[in-house]
Amino acid sequence: MKVHVAVTDTSLVPAQPYGWLRDAGLSGAMVQFSGQVRDEQGRVEALHLEHYPGMTEAVLRTIVDQAGQKWHLNGAWVVHRVGTMMVADDIVQVAVSAPHRQDAFAACAFIMDLLKTRAPFWKKELIGGRWVWVEARQSDDEAAAAWLQAASAREPS
Amino acid sequence: MIEIRFFAALRERVGSDSLTVTPPDGVDTVAALVAWLADDKASVAGALEATPRYMVAVNEVLSQEQAAVRDGDVVALFPPVTGG
Repeated sequence: MKVHVAVTDTSLVPAQPYGWLRDAGLSGAMVQFSGQVRDEQGRVEALHLEHYPGMTEAVLRTIVDQAGQKWHLNGAWVVHRVGTMMVADDIVQVAVSAPHRQDAFAACAFIMDLLKTRAPFWKKELIGGRWVWVEARQSDDEAAAAWLQAASAREPS
Repeated sequence: MIEIRFFAALRERVGSDSLTVTPPDGVDTVAALVAWLADDKASVAGALEATPRYMVAVNEVLSQEQAAVRDGDVVALFPPVTGG
């Protein structure tokens, strides 16, 4: 499985994961997710993201490795932006290629759900001229926990 | 010596991104280290009080409060992550 993991402070290019993952017939499926900055009904003026350099990349690689063990994948691309970005900018790209679509869909969702709760990124929003830290959501914890529970349920007792 | 690193809201509340400390003998878990730090430094105590839920990494690996810490470790404290 080929893997590309990166953290960048420059704009993400939507076509890049597709171009990088494309292969000459090995994969029958490619799934790409991108996350964007929401304006929250016009309240959010900008978004700032900080991370823990070094740990971030290691966590992302671990998540991708776990996905590669659970599903048959040919490639995985995870690029996350940091720094200050504007409404509608891409924040994150997760893309995977696989022989079959079920593996590609599941692996892409798994990587994203674990990234949300494990990778050391923190967001703050500019609202009314003030930077406000974004609070973590319980629904994100539940989404990640569901994958991990499903994994342990499959282990022999 | 142990390096303590703070990120995001916790860093702002402490007013510093890192501290280098030499805790006394017996402070050998994350929980004990955090309790000792809060006792020793008012800035950390106030920051932790304002951050009821936080996460821990020891040497850049997510860890639990009962995880062991020893001389030379880098212990990071931060609010729940919000990337993606």
